Amino acid sequence: MTTQEIHARLKARFGERIGELAEGVDPSCTVEAQSIAEVCNWLRDEPGIDLTSLMCLSAVDLKDKLQVVYNLHSIKHNHKLTLRIEFSDRENPHAPTVSTVFGTADWHEREAYDMMGIVFDGHHDLRRILCPDDWEGWPLRKDYVVQETYRGLRVPYAEGMNPDRGHWVSKDTPDLRVDPPQRQEPDLEGM
Amino acid sequence: MPDVFALQAPPRYEIEDDDLLINIPAPPEKYSGAYLTETYKVNMGPQHPSTHGVLRLELTMDGEVVLSIRPHIGYLHRCFEKHAENLPYAGIVPYTDRMDYLAGLSQNMSFAVAVERLMGIKVPERVEYIRVIICELQRIASHLVAFGTYGLDMGAFTPFLWAFRDREMILDLFEWLTGARLLYNYIWVGGLARDLPEGWVAKTREFLDYFEPKINDFNDLLSYNHIFITRTANVGILPPEVAISYGVTGPNLRGSGVDWDLRRDDPYSIYDRFKWNVALGKGRFGPIGSCWDRYWVRIEEMAESVKICRQALEGLPEGDVHETIPRKARPPKGDVYARTESPRGELGYYVISDGSDVPLRCKARSPCFTAISSLNAVVQHAKKPMLIADVVATVASYDIVLGEVDR
Repeated sequence: MTTQEIHARLKARFGERIGELAEGVDPSCTVEAQSIAEVCNWLRDEPGIDLTSLMCLSAVDLKDKLQVVYNLHSIKHNHKLTLRIEFSDRENPHAPTVSTVFGTADWHEREAYDMMGIVFDGHHDLRRILCPDDWEGWPLRKDYVVQETYRGLRVPYAEGMNPDRGHWVSKDTPDLRVDPPQRQEPDLEGM
Repeated sequence: MPDVFALQAPPRYEIEDDDLLINIPAPPEKYSGAYLTETYKVNMGPQHPSTHGVLRLELTMDGEVVLSIRPHIGYLHRCFEKHAENLPYAGIVPYTDRMDYLAGLSQNMSFAVAVERLMGIKVPERVEYIRVIICELQRIASHLVAFGTYGLDMGAFTPFLWAFRDREMILDLFEWLTGARLLYNYIWVGGLARDLPEGWVAKTREFLDYFEPKINDFNDLLSYNHIFITRTANVGILPPEVAISYGVTGPNLRGSGVDWDLRRDDPYSIYDRFKWNVALGKGRFGPIGSCWDRYWVRIEEMAESVKICRQALEGLPEGDVHETIPRKARPPKGDVYARTESPRGELGYYVISDGSDVPLRCKARSPCFTAISSLNAVVQHAKKPMLIADVVATVASYDIVLGEVDR
């Protein structure tokens, strides 16, 4: 079944809650955030669609909004679908968990929570997974600032931070980089 | 000093399968809590030799029976994904090596495939062939480590030495080709770092001729060893539906009898041109999906990789490996999820580009990450009580690399 056909059936079942199919390398559609678990459950169990495996779950920070991307795949029929949910409220993103639908979402959602601060309601064990439990902030957000101390240890290697040169370089460190000689860049658009 | 390898090998003992059927006692009833004492916790790791890196397992025990496992990861977390958001695409490739340090080329390959698909680059034939050859050699090298260390974890030391002896030859070939032994930075976006050196193809053929019969020796040494079979064939059973739900992929999924291989079923590069068989766990000495099945899939895959290598070496065309490397990779706006079959399973890169020369987001989907997350499910689905020694056997049979789990 092509992605377009899956999307048509999904649209027929859930109506307004499913957005239009956006073309791209991997066609994708947006889903209303609160319906994602229901939609995934239906996609997994519906005969003929059988999207039984969640390949990847990624949280994305698009600056004006947060996004979670679900890449679904069917081993039986070998077709794929990409779903997105979006949060315009950066402070308080909530979505229902899909870890009850796909076992693999358990840890992927913990990672999304750890890195982006997205809260998955109903997750049985939503803790940080890669960072320590008492870490502050959401490291993969674009506006993330490293905490100054962690348990009494200074976190940035040197005092102060310089976002232009990576957060591990102190502001006081002299910038020894030399500007590269000016050179006419060829037109790279077609490459 | 006599050359020990030149000595004639003793005639091989032909093994009938019936000889090997060991009377494994029927699994007792599922642990009912009849000897329920006070439950307690045992910390395994993070510096435990059998965890293959820094993995901490929090075991809830009743007597000597494991009731549940709670893995704790993150000890090797370097935030690859944050680094990647600050680097041009060509600069990310060396970071991918360091995630899975036993299969660096497969990681390079996966990232290159993702970015090329996003940019719509079609790489020359010669590049595709060389990529397939080295990725399959890398698979052999990685599976050799899996084979050797699995023997080590089960208490057999010799397989480790044999495996590393042969892996050394592959690393020598890679060193000749790329200049590095583990962290290659060889497969670039759109091409390769350099062309094959003169004589490399002949040496690789020589290695394949040498290596192919060695697999039988491995089987005689470890695979069909009675002690090894009793230790692994009825342990750590991962049912296929659990494996699919937990996103377990690669040899671990095939060990559970699911006939799924990305190289055949969702082909990337030029894998659809070659003929080989997908190795599957068949439950030969116990229930399907046991540790022995996962181990066996890796042994068979080495032989299949040799087949692919030979076919690719046969068809290797002439060409320029630098032809399609972009001067500065600037993919158009959009996102892509590309996955390849690394020695450990489905390795995916989800890359979003905003049109500039650094990615907006680069997420690595690690096969080991999902494999470890299924560890507790293995305990919960076990038909017989699981002991700590069985946990060691199960963790080792997953063939995890913690650098990739923590990224």
